[in-house]
Amino acid sequence: MDLRDLYQEIILDHYKKPRNASALQVASHEANGHNPLCGDRIKVSVQVTADGVVQDVGFEGSGCAISTASASMMTEAIKGKTLEEVEELFQGFHGMVTGKEAEEEVDLGKLEALSGVREIPIRVKCATLAWHTLQAAIKNTGATAVSTTVTTE
Amino acid sequence: MTTMVAEAEDIESSFDVEKVREDFPSLTQEVFGNPLVYFDNAASAQKPQAMIDALARAYTYGYSNVHRGVHTLSQQSTDAYENARLSLQRFIGADRPEEVVFVRGTTEGINLVARAFVRPRLNAGDEILISHMEHHSNIVPWQIICEEANAKLRVVPITDEGELDMEAYASMLNEHTRIVATVHVSNALGTINPVREIVDLAHAKGIPVLLDGAQAAPHLPLDMVEMGVDFYTVSGHKLFGPTGIGILYGRYEHLESMDPYQGGGEMISSVTFEKTEYNVPPGKFEAGTPHIVGAIGLGAVADYLAGIGMDKIAAYEDDLGRYATERLAAVDGVRLFGTARHKAAVVSFNIDGVHAHDVGTILDREGVAVRVGHHCAQPVMDRFGVPSTARASLAFYNTREEVDRLVKAIDRVQEIFG
Repeated sequence: MDLRDLYQEIILDHYKKPRNASALQVASHEANGHNPLCGDRIKVSVQVTADGVVQDVGFEGSGCAISTASASMMTEAIKGKTLEEVEELFQGFHGMVTGKEAEEEVDLGKLEALSGVREIPIRVKCATLAWHTLQAAIKNTGATAVSTTVTTE
Repeated sequence: MTTMVAEAEDIESSFDVEKVREDFPSLTQEVFGNPLVYFDNAASAQKPQAMIDALARAYTYGYSNVHRGVHTLSQQSTDAYENARLSLQRFIGADRPEEVVFVRGTTEGINLVARAFVRPRLNAGDEILISHMEHHSNIVPWQIICEEANAKLRVVPITDEGELDMEAYASMLNEHTRIVATVHVSNALGTINPVREIVDLAHAKGIPVLLDGAQAAPHLPLDMVEMGVDFYTVSGHKLFGPTGIGILYGRYEHLESMDPYQGGGEMISSVTFEKTEYNVPPGKFEAGTPHIVGAIGLGAVADYLAGIGMDKIAAYEDDLGRYATERLAAVDGVRLFGTARHKAAVVSFNIDGVHAHDVGTILDREGVAVRVGHHCAQPVMDRFGVPSTARASLAFYNTREEVDRLVKAIDRVQEIFG
């Protein structure tokens, strides 16, 4: 794999200009994520409607190009999706970056750009930090935002 | 003057880095089709053939348990193990071999001193003094016993250059201070601390000093007697030796006065169910079957390094470190961390707009191995307001050409991140 396959234009673009890169003022769910290997921290907040659709999502934190781009692209990918569709995307994405394809083929769209990560096992956690944190956030329910911390370890 | 110049030239000319590199078989590897540039020596160092051979020899001939049997192999194994202790005694300039305790490494050495020397003397309101540039292994053991005893862990600040604030240090020593525990050479910044001054100021108030020598032993000549320290720790694997072995130096009167660290075989002189008489140092602190072959390997490394001369190694590395610092400082967009006057050949840096992890991945593709992250020294990272840095830590087998390769690889990082 050439380095350009890992650091594609779209990844560098999302790294330099991350989308939805602030916490939501009003969120139904949120969680903090931590990668102890590099010390990177991220906070993901989500506003989910009563019928289970992701209305809005934001993230905060600083990380490497892979983790920042992955978080940014994740927010674009899940906005407007149902929680069920989000779970499918997570499974598909996780399968792609760990090299274990999901049982059902999932259309990952732009997220495919991060597939190069599977060639560098030590960097897989960079790509999955935002997704693990999102999952933890969604498991947090209640009228007020509840916060938990997940780590990639 | 003329003789001094001649001596300096002697050091330069008698240190042959190409010859040294032939002693390290792992340096000929390639990574992604590029010759390996190994700049992660502060994490762990590569191994000379002399050490690898010593391990094979120890397992092949005369291997047995130590200090146990009357048979020939047991005697040979005991001799080899105790000879390794003598090699290390010479290497660190200790007064007597009994002051060299084999442990797993620096971490265990510090825990041993915390538990067996400081903890029994630590009362509520007492203080332990460390510095802001410590590795986690010289922070956490003290935190644990401070919490137990309701004592206070105090931290000597460092300057923007990454030097110990000696004025603050002097003012923080007081009648409550039970020990000063600080690093000799900082793993994250490369700073070489002024040992003699640290020790003299503490001793003037009757306070013992432990130095974490994990990053000093592979790079500087050591002399325990001249430094006057009370305890000193060394990790074998950073000293081009095996993993899982290291030494704790302790002044004999301290070791004698201390409680045992772990109970078991070897650390006793007699055991009944009513009472156990402890062995004398160092046996008192070497409970159980030790890492016999590791100790022998470490002894072989100490002899190997002594054969080259630690003074020559230090002089060569000083020159190489200055070259690396100059080259990296000259690259636009590179920020260096740790610019102390006295420094080991460690260069911590960040590249503007690029996270250290991405730097590490790209350098790796170019065959250059550096450490990225917090270097197990998160307080140092916090002090400089960064989550992580990239760190090139050099050893005596590294060359100027390899430094040039690093600079070229940094160009590649900047090219990709444009």
